[in-house]
Amino acid sequence: MSSPEPAIEANGLRKRYGDTAALDGFDLVVPAGTVHGLLGPNGAGKTTAVRILSTLLRPDSGTARVAGFDVVRAHQHVRYRIGLVGQHAAVDEVLSGRQNLVMFGRLYHLGTRAAERKADELLNRFRLTDAGNKPVKQYSGGMRRRLDLAVSLVLAPSVLFLDEPTTGLDPRARNEVWDEVRGLAATGTTVLLTTQYLEEADQLADAISVIDEGRVIAEGTPDELKRRIGADRIDVVVHDSVDLGRAADLLAKVAGAETTTDVDRRQVSAPVHDRMAALTELVRAFTDEGLAAEDVALRRPTLDEVFLRLTNHEKERAA
Amino acid sequence: MTTTTLPQPPGTLGERLRWALADGWTVTRRDLAHRARQPGMTVTDLLFPVMIMLMFGFLFGGAMAVPGGDYTEFLVPGVLALTMVFGVEATFTAISTDAARGITDRFRSLPMAPSAVVVGRCGADMLGAVVTLTAMVVAGLAIGWRWHGSLAAALAAFGLLLLLRLAMLWLGIYLGLVMRSPEAVMALQILVWPIGFLSNAFVAPGTMPGWLGTVTEWNPLSATAGAIRELFGNPAWAADSWLSQYAVLAAVAWPAVLIAVFCPLSIRRYRRLSY
Repeated sequence: MSSPEPAIEANGLRKRYGDTAALDGFDLVVPAGTVHGLLGPNGAGKTTAVRILSTLLRPDSGTARVAGFDVVRAHQHVRYRIGLVGQHAAVDEVLSGRQNLVMFGRLYHLGTRAAERKADELLNRFRLTDAGNKPVKQYSGGMRRRLDLAVSLVLAPSVLFLDEPTTGLDPRARNEVWDEVRGLAATGTTVLLTTQYLEEADQLADAISVIDEGRVIAEGTPDELKRRIGADRIDVVVHDSVDLGRAADLLAKVAGAETTTDVDRRQVSAPVHDRMAALTELVRAFTDEGLAAEDVALRRPTLDEVFLRLTNHEKERAA
Repeated sequence: MTTTTLPQPPGTLGERLRWALADGWTVTRRDLAHRARQPGMTVTDLLFPVMIMLMFGFLFGGAMAVPGGDYTEFLVPGVLALTMVFGVEATFTAISTDAARGITDRFRSLPMAPSAVVVGRCGADMLGAVVTLTAMVVAGLAIGWRWHGSLAAALAAFGLLLLLRLAMLWLGIYLGLVMRSPEAVMALQILVWPIGFLSNAFVAPGTMPGWLGTVTEWNPLSATAGAIRELFGNPAWAADSWLSQYAVLAAVAWPAVLIAVFCPLSIRRYRRLSY
């Protein structure tokens, strides 16, 4: 067999809503068996992309193939091979977890017996057996999410779409979802995950596409992207805003990089490469200069900074 | 490469039809399961129209003089028709709640027949209407209402009532897909009242100011109520206008027009969810 076809392949997808382009030439290739993160701010087009790839929405132009089938022309074939977990847990609140699984199994055209067997198997796997006959209304947020995920796995899909699967979950429930995604990836399921959290993509994804204004603006492994974005940052808060200028000069010298100043928070910050060395050197420089710092902190770049940097680069290139 | 046995998409027309019915039935059964899980809700749904019937029957029964009969005989068919119109709320709520919670999207991402959501809703609501009608007929008989025509005529009357419910079903589906917010149910709950009362359900249009009487006459609810009074052999109260002469015809035509308008609109709207 020749090199296997990618599990997800999108070429030049476009989708407009009135005057706004939700997707504006969206390209994506996800090799089979990998976890791919689609990272972007609200309104970047992540959900539109997932809705097109999961056959819920028709693109205005462009093509996409999922699990080997065209999402528009062969949508019925695609639907037997995908699972979709949307932003809200799309399960019936009145029915029990088991009733939900059996109903969706029937709608995947499993026989009654097969649907019931599958339901029990999934309840067990997602640690919902005890709550299986209780109405979903009584489930916690994490349990609902697990049931939602279980429903999307009724047919053991080869491609799973997760649209912001951990939004609104507490850290424990979030970790549970992450574990499940890792487990699925280990069994060879291709996962496309959208998220607003850099950390989530970092934890789960083999590769990340950063999306903004309907297009992919950067792509790579989490490490590659971080290197591109810049290393850790150092933030210094001074006592008195009149010292901001001097603090910025010192920080620029130590970091060897451009600094940004936030007057309201009396803060200067800059990217640094060797975090510990930069920190000691900066503290020494401040002591030597007799400058008082209220707070000095090292931190990873935030998603805001990632976007600011990536989108600014885009705009510079366009200018 | 391992091959997993996936169900195949239905190919022939016969297979597609079979799956459309099977999927529709699965969605209907979901609603039946809701009723089984929330028996209290079903009882409340039944109590409300029965309560209206009893309230009006006992409150106004003494004060209303219906030419050629008593008020209960006049009222019961009116409330039966009114209940069919109020059914629009149930349909609307079910459709808009599913859309808002993302369940409609999940259904649409499954390989099920696209018609199943609507066919299933239709099955569930029509079954619900039969249950409601049965309960109300029992309550009506208990307060002294009788039908005087033939069994065939009575069955035709129930047929007209269900036809009106079917029209309201399509209206409800369309509104539920368009408004897509469960909050809109508040507006609908208020709006059904003037539609319910500006009809001949409780009093004859002839007793109203002229213009209001005309509006009332043209209410689809009045058409059905007038027609089933005729079929049940219950007093119709001043049947002199052109519309009330052809009540049965109007009771077929009105729902037919509503279905002809809102069924295609709903299907189009449902399809447009993917644009």
